[in-house]
Amino acid sequence: MNTDPLTPVLTKRWLSPQSWRISTYEKLEGYTAFRKALAGTPEQLVQLIKDAGLRGRGGAGFPAGVKWSFMPQNEEKPHYLVINADEGEPGTCKDIPLMMADPHSLIEGCIIAAYAMRSHHCFIYVRGEALHCIRRLNAAVREAYDAGYLGRNIIGSGFDLDITVHAGAGAYICGEETALLDSLEGRRGQPRLKPPFPAAAGLYAAPTTVNNVETIASVPFIVNGGADWFRQMGTEKSPGPKIYSISGHVERPGQYEAPLGTTLRELLELCGGMKDGIPLKFWTPGGSSTPLFTAEHLDVPLDFEGAAEAGSMLGTTAVQVFNETVSVPWAVMKWTQFYEHESCGKCTPCREGTYWLAQVLERMVEGRGTEEDIDTLLDVCDNILGRSFCALGDGAVSPITSGIKYFRDEFLALCQDARERNATVPELVGAQQ
Amino acid sequence: MTEHPEVTPTPRPGSRLAEQTHAAADDQVDVMAISPVREEGMLEESTADSPFGPDIVAKAKDLIGRYPQSRSALLPMLHLVQSVQGFVSQEGITFCAEQLDLSEAEVSAVVTFYTMYKRKPCGEHLVSVCTNTLCAALGGDAIYRRLAEHLGEDGRPLGHEEVAGTPGERGSVMLEHAECLAACDLAPVLQVNYEYFDKQTEESAVELVDALRRGEKPQPSRGAPLADFKSVELQLAGFFPEEEDAYRADVDGPSRAVETVRGAQLAADRGWTAPSMPDDAPLPEVEAK
Ligand SMILES: Cc1cc2nc3c(=O)[nH]c(=O)nc-3n(C[C@H](O)[C@H](O)[C@H](O)COP(=O)(O)O)c2cc1C
Ligand code: SF4
Ligand code: FES
Repeated sequence: MNTDPLTPVLTKRWLSPQSWRISTYEKLEGYTAFRKALAGTPEQLVQLIKDAGLRGRGGAGFPAGVKWSFMPQNEEKPHYLVINADEGEPGTCKDIPLMMADPHSLIEGCIIAAYAMRSHHCFIYVRGEALHCIRRLNAAVREAYDAGYLGRNIIGSGFDLDITVHAGAGAYICGEETALLDSLEGRRGQPRLKPPFPAAAGLYAAPTTVNNVETIASVPFIVNGGADWFRQMGTEKSPGPKIYSISGHVERPGQYEAPLGTTLRELLELCGGMKDGIPLKFWTPGGSSTPLFTAEHLDVPLDFEGAAEAGSMLGTTAVQVFNETVSVPWAVMKWTQFYEHESCGKCTPCREGTYWLAQVLERMVEGRGTEEDIDTLLDVCDNILGRSFCALGDGAVSPITSGIKYFRDEFLALCQDARERNATVPELVGAQQ
Repeated sequence: MTEHPEVTPTPRPGSRLAEQTHAAADDQVDVMAISPVREEGMLEESTADSPFGPDIVAKAKDLIGRYPQSRSALLPMLHLVQSVQGFVSQEGITFCAEQLDLSEAEVSAVVTFYTMYKRKPCGEHLVSVCTNTLCAALGGDAIYRRLAEHLGEDGRPLGHEEVAGTPGERGSVMLEHAECLAACDLAPVLQVNYEYFDKQTEESAVELVDALRRGEKPQPSRGAPLADFKSVELQLAGFFPEEEDAYRADVDGPSRAVETVRGAQLAADRGWTAPSMPDDAPLPEVEAK
């Protein structure tokens, strides 16, 4: 890679005063890409995004151009574009600053993506707690309508598009794309069985594409710069720049936009290293649903392939860094309580499994665990992984299995302490309820 | 799940057959004749003391108009209901059901699914402390415990979603623990009425809630000038201040922390950039279908 260590594309305008206003945006090359796009054909745009190799930034990394090409060519039913702005994966904090600082880049991306998919109505589903984003997006949508960039016959192109900003109401599972669609239809946000995939039957059973905020905000830059420009950053299979959100025990946490494939060692250098020099113990490459890494993994390239080869996942590039002062079983217990709380209850392995996992972990952390509890945890995880209805269940076991894999001694030590302190027979889990 | 919503009493099996209930009766049936109770006006829609006046009805209709199918307006409409009463009451459920032609059970099922819909009256303010792992490790758990003790009475800490003070009165505060609020680079964080207060300590958080209790409105780190729970619920429903100055003051409230632009600033300082774009990058040639 011959690029600079940081490659601000999406984050560049964030430095400008009042970057959220249309006047600022237009001074900084904003609303140039959609003119070029509307002068082309939908097929050209889909091809461009395929050529660029843009992969979904919401966690799974599915190629965006391929996803767009699943949308039917005909318009027998209305087509919908839905933006996933539900950002709730623990550790993830990139979409919200993006929407606050540069909402017009998302809106311009929506116009281009909607045109490419022959959609005339786009919904931006924002998590309700992100109130200030919702304000900024509404204001930006209003400005875009006033400028004639939304509504009927956009800049005389004949293309119509409406954007509706929709506030969620507090449920992590609504970030899962099919649960999001149910929620947007005014229901409990519970995942749907796939197939049919949203491109065949999504919102109101009509063809729908769900994309993440960062994915769509990248689109105007690709239209302006072209696929080759985009591919100058990142790796062959994971091209482009990516916002790495670094949090936790580092000197200068924050948002750092670097080419995909950057390592934690490089990121730590950029953010001033570990806070107060206390050594690194464990970290997540992409949120709590991605298996933990340790100091052994400092040089793993953080792209979709690199993270997977090393036994984790790139996820949302939410790099949460923990130093030696943090107990792994405690951290794992906290995350498990989160999944237990957020399990939507639709399927048994996840609903019941997270409930018991949390109790076993709570008991261990309180110093009342036994060595067999470790096997019980792994056994329950085994019954959740791959057997749950949606990926929340798989994510829930990630911290536990990876935590035990790298830090079994710490779990054992908790149990030993318990045994030494207390020679009586341990209670059955849940018996105190 | 650890929290349980208020339990509704289980209906008792009775001697009345389904045919005789109101629901099963079509318009051919003289409902009054088979009803075990008779009261004046019992078949009229009960709109008399509805807390939802004509302006709220108009807003509800406006919401319905924003979606291709009316039911999609339910989530915003529940935020609207909270902007009136500070929580979702049974009347609120009935109101939404009527507006959207849904059953009350359908609306209730939705209300209980989402944490932002409160089943008990909220205070003037809602204080949400992130206690997810990263914030917790950096002090979020301690902040939550300290606030619970500080706001509690007679040695009993304030519980999750309990209110210090009297709901509806100035300075009342509902406390809750929240999951990751997508501000981990600014940990530990809390929100008041969904506006961010970043990088908190136990002391700063206690000072903040004391100010709220006194009826003051401290400026958030990121967000609009602090209002109250009900008025932000109106914004979540999709209605923003109509008066231009108030609208701009809200929208232009600060959003940029040092952390937000750290990477961009470092790159600017070091002269690092993304590769420059070509002057003209044509769209790829494809056969039109
Ligand atoms: C439990 C769960 C939560 C998710 N939360 C989000 C989220 O908050 N934002 C997001 O963009 N994707 C989230 N996803 C991924 C979405 O299901 C979907 O893959 C993504 O929005 C697709 O967009 P992309 O292809 O542009 O990445 C979540 C998935 C699961 C299983
Ligand atoms: S895995 Fe969990 S969140 Fe997903 S459908 Fe099953 S219960 Fe719901
Ligand atoms: S963990 Fe608290 S904001 Fe993310």
